[in-house]
Amino acid sequence: MSVIAAIEDDPDEVFPPYLYEAYRSTLARAPSQPLVDLIPTLSEITGPGPAVSAVTPQDADLTTNSGTGHPAIGERMIVTGRVLGSGGDAVGHTLVEVWQANAAGRYIHRDDQHHAPLDPNFLGIGRCLTDGNGWYRLLTIRPGPYPWRNHPNAWRPAHIHFSVFGPSIQSRLVTQMYFPGDPLHALDPIFNAIPSAAARSRLIAEYDHDITEEEWALGYRFDIVVDGPAATPFDNGHGL
Amino acid sequence: MTHLRLTPPQTVGPFFHDCLLGRGARVVVSQPAEATIRIEGTLVDGAGQSVDDAMVEVWQADSHGRYHHPADTRDVPDDNGFIGYGRAATDEAGRFWFSTVKPGPVPGPDGRTQAPHLVVQVFARGLLDVLTTRLYFAGEVANDEDPVLQTVPRERRDTLLAQESHDDGEVVYRFDIVLQGEHETVFFDVGGRRRGR
Repeated sequence: MSVIAAIEDDPDEVFPPYLYEAYRSTLARAPSQPLVDLIPTLSEITGPGPAVSAVTPQDADLTTNSGTGHPAIGERMIVTGRVLGSGGDAVGHTLVEVWQANAAGRYIHRDDQHHAPLDPNFLGIGRCLTDGNGWYRLLTIRPGPYPWRNHPNAWRPAHIHFSVFGPSIQSRLVTQMYFPGDPLHALDPIFNAIPSAAARSRLIAEYDHDITEEEWALGYRFDIVVDGPAATPFDNGHGL
Repeated sequence: MTHLRLTPPQTVGPFFHDCLLGRGARVVVSQPAEATIRIEGTLVDGAGQSVDDAMVEVWQADSHGRYHHPADTRDVPDDNGFIGYGRAATDEAGRFWFSTVKPGPVPGPDGRTQAPHLVVQVFARGLLDVLTTRLYFAGEVANDEDPVLQTVPRERRDTLLAQESHDDGEVVYRFDIVLQGEHETVFFDVGGRRRGR
């Protein structure tokens, strides 16, 4: 298992500061007061169950879930991995939601004005539940990098946004998955706001030829480790 | 105990709406008719500008103070079908709202009781990690003894108190969230993982 390590987490290494000047949007949005310590109570060790709405198998296939009957254009890829608690326990039956740009680096969103084509057969959104062993699996196309206006000639590295619940509200995680070998990593203030190189590397999926399917799709492995107490899994389908 | 290294958080960015709110999960209770209160507020930044591209999530117990979760093992009656989770995008004026029920008091540390509250989480472009706060109800006697509120500097506690009003027969609790500056909302470091920063 690629994510197992016997090293105690150093919070300074994992968590980006709220104020990170190179990422300009933090300037007016980062709290200026120190956070107040909160020892988790029943309110924090509980949280929403498997889903906010019904999840269908089709939701996990971003190459066809536009429902047009035509496949999305791009480099087809499988993204799979496990959601785990920091104690090593699998987080089963938890909701994984993803959104991403299309192969040309464009989102279907009114605020995305990047001069790149939309793909009528690609919505760029997907979701699935992990199985009992914490595994999720998505079929999608590789997103393109895209420009943004943070600084002159700024480009976001190719990435897929992930939203995960985990066993409790304390384990709620929103993050981004990146691709190996992208020269834009070193230039991206959002990625580099994570203090340590070791922690940053955990956001980069690994190419895995055992996941790659012959004459079909390339395979990438991306495991996700969430904070919080040991999982108290819901029975599949219950809760929400 | 095995200790896996955590996956770092990243900003939700500006393009989450279709994925995370495509089905409009604004209402906390499973049956909208069961809602008895409305929570509404505005999210503003340190320049006093409304934040129109954020997402607010809430998590709460039901009216009996029971959480819909296996970790709440108490033998307490529950509101049938109540989930306690809600998600809303801020609109063009930075406003968000939820229809829900007022939660009951819930257990706290050392046998103490926590005053009715909601866990509130804020995600937005420019927030590199989630911001976690709590909504309490102004005027609740139990607030004075709440073990979490007591850890908040007294002069900042009112940033966590939703103010009650009545709008056309509906009970409304107003809870504005200020990310930075004067009257900045208190945000929590849950479990000490950020060391207060």
